[in-house]
Amino acid sequence: MNDALRAGVSARLELHIAAKQYVAASGARHEVLREIVLSLGEGEVAAILGPSGCGKTTLLRIVAGLDTDFDGSVTLAGKGRSHPPKMGMVFQEPRLLPWRTVEQNLLLAAPGASAAAIDRLLADFGLSSHARHFPGELSLGLARRVALARAFAVEPDILLLDEPFASLDARLAGSLRHELAKLVSRNRATTLLVTHDVDDATELADRIFLLSQRPARIIGIVPIETPRSLRSPERLAAIGRDVIARGVGPER
Amino acid sequence: MLRLASLALFLVIWLVGTFALGERKLPGPPAVAATIVAEARSGALFANVGITLVRVVLAFVLAMAIGSALGLLMGRNRVADRLGDPWLVVLLNLPALVIIVLAYVWLGLTEVAAVAAVAVNKLPNTIVTVREGARALDRGLDEMGRVFAFSRWKKLRHIVLPQLAPYLAAAMRLGVSLIWKIVLVVELIGRPNGVGFEIGTAFQLFDMPRILAYSCTFVLIMLAIETLLVQPLERRASRWRLRTA
Ligand SMILES: Nc1ncnc2c1ncn2[C@@H]1O[C@H](COP(=O)(O)OP(=O)(O)OP(=O)(O)O)[C@@H](O)[C@H]1O
Ligand SMILES: [Mg+2]
Repeated sequence: MNDALRAGVSARLELHIAAKQYVAASGARHEVLREIVLSLGEGEVAAILGPSGCGKTTLLRIVAGLDTDFDGSVTLAGKGRSHPPKMGMVFQEPRLLPWRTVEQNLLLAAPGASAAAIDRLLADFGLSSHARHFPGELSLGLARRVALARAFAVEPDILLLDEPFASLDARLAGSLRHELAKLVSRNRATTLLVTHDVDDATELADRIFLLSQRPARIIGIVPIETPRSLRSPERLAAIGRDVIARGVGPER
Repeated sequence: MLRLASLALFLVIWLVGTFALGERKLPGPPAVAATIVAEARSGALFANVGITLVRVVLAFVLAMAIGSALGLLMGRNRVADRLGDPWLVVLLNLPALVIIVLAYVWLGLTEVAAVAAVAVNKLPNTIVTVREGARALDRGLDEMGRVFAFSRWKKLRHIVLPQLAPYLAAAMRLGVSLIWKIVLVVELIGRPNGVGFEIGTAFQLFDMPRILAYSCTFVLIMLAIETLLVQPLERRASRWRLRTA
């Protein structure tokens, strides 16, 4: 890790991807990401908005340290400078342990969490009656909520979210977004959300980074001054129009 | 109850066989039962079955432990897989008898040689089965464990082993049957006691009731282990699956 960056300003997440390429089975290389630079302060929520297949999951995996095969650097800092940052992540698929109950899934990720904290999280996501169920007994919507609850259970310094509401119906996505907004504000976790859904970005983010088609570059940054809790439907619509005007279609 | 019916059918076939071949070649169930009782009274039955069981358990534990570790390593690591594969092919195709004879020649006619020979016979098949399981491990769950900073032990216990459970169960099931078969040969060749040794002596004397007495006792124990140990364990390991079905 880069200590100069860590000791610098109060940035919690510094990302610089000069280039990221995949080598296809045929041996051909194709570039997925190019010149992605971003820096997030403590508690800041950034949304990365880009079309399907542009490289959002790739970007998030790089930040999570799951993919180290790229040109550039990632620097993460926890709240206490000496401690490694605690990370919470919601993958594009729920990725729960099918052989452990909902409650056990949370506790395994967050062994330090108190029973009360777990119960509260389960209640926040409407999962109280499912604590003893196995993931195979849950609908996709419920499983996604468990994945969200698990990410919050670790009380993360860095929170990474990969299209957490994809393929949920609009009403459920809306209410979960609302829940997430509350929790993000409460936790003060530095959050990176990748999505192709404009609503996700406008409702949750402090700053929206717009990505181009592959190879993805940042083609625009939209800061949102209005605090999350004060964003009216009209305000959200206006931000959404602004975002779309900058070249990103409202894909679903 | 179907199991009981099929057991009854077996006894009927046995009786018919006795009638066709004569008591000398195939003694009937009463004669065999009487021999079992006699051998049990003298204590020989328990001593021989006991020592054989000890050998079975030792060889089984050894082969499962080493085989699972190597299989996991080979399934997860390309270099280990490349290095180990030729050895595996040789071991898989080496006749049991060759391994047994070599073990006795190199380690002497000892208990260690006997158990080692049985374990080595079982080893490659455990490795192959567990390697298959390790290759099929879900990479997504692996990444989940890394992001949430699971310790090595936690990964093994909560991510890897549950996925390997069906493969381990298959390896155990196959392993037990393979080991039963080989242990008797090992005893026949180089041990002064055990079920294999007894059957060997009885064969030289053409003592059919004794051969069958030991065989039947052995089969009964095997069935008991299968129903009382292996099957409940399997059911326990797949509890989460049953609930979803
Ligand atoms: N392991 C890989 N090997 C080769 N190419 C890959 C690999 N993973 C992803 N890609 C390619 O990289 C590009 C970006 O993939 P990525 O999954 O990051 O996109 P995404 O923006 O998350 O897409 P979606 O919106 O569908 O989730 C895709 O074109 C994909 O085909
Ligand atoms: Mg993706």
